[in-house]
Amino acid sequence: MSAFVLLTVMTALRILSRNRLRAGLTMLGIVIGVGAVIAMVSIGQGARAAVQAQVASMGTNVIVIMPGSTTVSGVRGGQGGAVTLTINDAADLKKRSPLLSDTGWARRDVMQIVNGNRNWNGPVNGVSPSYLTIRDWSFMSGGPFTQADMESAARVALIGQTTLENLFDPGEEAMGATIRIKNVPFQVVGVLAPKGQSAQGTDQDDVIFIPFTTAERKVFGSQFLGSVGALFASTEESADLPEAVEHIRETLRARHRLEPDQADDFTIRTQVDIGKVQESTSQTLTVMLFAIASVSLLVGGIGIMNILLVSVTERTKEIGIRMAVGAKRMHILTQFLIEAITLSLFGGMIGVLVGIVGARLTTVIAGWPTMISLDAILTAFLFSLAVGLFFGLYPANKAARLNPIEALRYE
Amino acid sequence: MVPLIVCEDLWKIYRIGDVDVQALRGINLTIDRGEFVAVMGTSGSGKSTLMNLLGCLDQPTRGRYELDGLDVSTAKPDVLAELRNRQIGFVFQNFNLIPRTSALENAQLPLFYRGVSIKEQRRQAAAALQRVGLAGREQHYPAQLSGGQQQRVAIARALVGAPSILFADEPTGNLDTASSREIMDILEHLNREDGITIILVTHEPDIAAYASRELIMKDGQIVQDVRRASHLSVVT
Ligand SMILES: Nc1ncnc2c1ncn2[C@@H]1O[C@H](COP(=O)(O)OP(=O)(O)OP(=O)(O)O)[C@@H](O)[C@H]1O
Ligand SMILES: [Mg+2]
Repeated sequence: MSAFVLLTVMTALRILSRNRLRAGLTMLGIVIGVGAVIAMVSIGQGARAAVQAQVASMGTNVIVIMPGSTTVSGVRGGQGGAVTLTINDAADLKKRSPLLSDTGWARRDVMQIVNGNRNWNGPVNGVSPSYLTIRDWSFMSGGPFTQADMESAARVALIGQTTLENLFDPGEEAMGATIRIKNVPFQVVGVLAPKGQSAQGTDQDDVIFIPFTTAERKVFGSQFLGSVGALFASTEESADLPEAVEHIRETLRARHRLEPDQADDFTIRTQVDIGKVQESTSQTLTVMLFAIASVSLLVGGIGIMNILLVSVTERTKEIGIRMAVGAKRMHILTQFLIEAITLSLFGGMIGVLVGIVGARLTTVIAGWPTMISLDAILTAFLFSLAVGLFFGLYPANKAARLNPIEALRYE
Repeated sequence: MVPLIVCEDLWKIYRIGDVDVQALRGINLTIDRGEFVAVMGTSGSGKSTLMNLLGCLDQPTRGRYELDGLDVSTAKPDVLAELRNRQIGFVFQNFNLIPRTSALENAQLPLFYRGVSIKEQRRQAAAALQRVGLAGREQHYPAQLSGGQQQRVAIARALVGAPSILFADEPTGNLDTASSREIMDILEHLNREDGITIILVTHEPDIAAYASRELIMKDGQIVQDVRRASHLSVVT
């Protein structure tokens, strides 16, 4: 049997190499199908990995509470002058909700920042020290400011990588330097480690952190004293997030004296929610590519079936000869199945190459992250094998069921 | 010992539209091992039809056919394939070689379906080609060989599996006199030296003269069955 299979494979290769153009055109569908699968999975996995990294860069089990209500479409409304969240809310949440391991707050504004003759317009964040822990910021040099800095409204600042590059010359020492925010001098006490893009696509390293109290009193102006841009909280376990969210909602509604028929005047998002939004975008893409891949594989399969039917007709006499010298139905069936599989596997192989090149091009041209996975390549191979088998079966069976004498007489 | 071939009231009826064509009408025939039989008769008398039935390529509409004691008139396709592979060799008027496939590979074919190792297939096929005088032509494609040479490849393919019967339907029909003689000498040798039973269809009396028995067919029936000393024994 092994000699039979080996020789049959060799025969199949020879027959295909005789009709290279025909074989190539037949394989095209499979090539496109498998190429699409490989590219699709690479882009999908690349996107997922990037999203996971972004979501992870938020911190661990983070809950974000923003002022303003949520509309049906999920877009936050009622921003601008809305002053609905305060530091007292944060303190109260911490006190009432044992599930929350920590709460913090932040308020941001874009300001002019000056170092010597360089200046930069960037977001300045007044934050509580706990905010830095919740968001998992780490340091290249220096360290976070303290509760004492907070109480004394110290003029200390932490700067992100992008801000550092824009404010300082390469090699210039930032630690201990004095920068001016809205003309108020601040001493740099920490340089933050880079985080990259956020899940929303903004540069998280274009940032300056100063103590919330300092920001309120010396930089932002005091018309909304005690109000914050957003509250942050975290739980120990991610499983506690849903319950913690409910707790926060109840507490805040009570504190804000909302009637049961009134909508929330705040919006709560967890890290998990944010990840989901991103994932659904990449899922849309995946579904689209999956559709392309299935259609191409189907078309490719039909192409193989068609060319095999032609081949069975063309080689009817040969089939008759083979039967006359003792080929059984199994032998003829196997021969044509092997031809079908050879076509589809070749197509699959070229498709894998096309897919890898496509994924690379996507990274180079569109800048999307891609990840080529061995699993995808193996799956693609299995798929092309299955397509060859499935669509080869009908023509092969047709050949095997020919009547020997009629096949021999066929002209 | 059981005769190699026993036919009882063998019928073959083709139905074309509403018309029945009775190609064979009640054939009764017994052929012993080692015989050299020539089948003659007018065109359309059913010679090829009979050969195809005896060669297990086709099955009778009615009647009984026993090959080597085995009833094959109702056998399954794979049983017939096995018989053709082990017991039977065919030589056709139009050679029936697989195109664009070397002489060696064509001659290997019966062994290929027998599951013999590739090395053994090649060795035996080369030996068979040598027996028909084609040593050195192993790698030629059929299109690169003369008609006589192609028919010799077909004979090599027919004998490579050491069959007990060889069916030859007008094997010299497409060949000139010289090539015809070569082919017939090979067949005669196979019959005399290897004891292979040969059943041959021909229109030419001097080809039929090689045989030791002559069947004459007419309208799907055997009308004459003569045994005689073969042509060679007459000469010697
Ligand atoms: N496949 C078929 N379908 C219908 N009729 C057939 C078929 N094969 C043979 N016949 C008919 O059966 C009869 C016998 O044909 P067969 O081929 O056996 O003749 P033959 O003796 O071999 O003739 P020739 O000497 O010309 O080769 C003919 O009338 C032919 O038309
Ligand atoms: Mg005939």
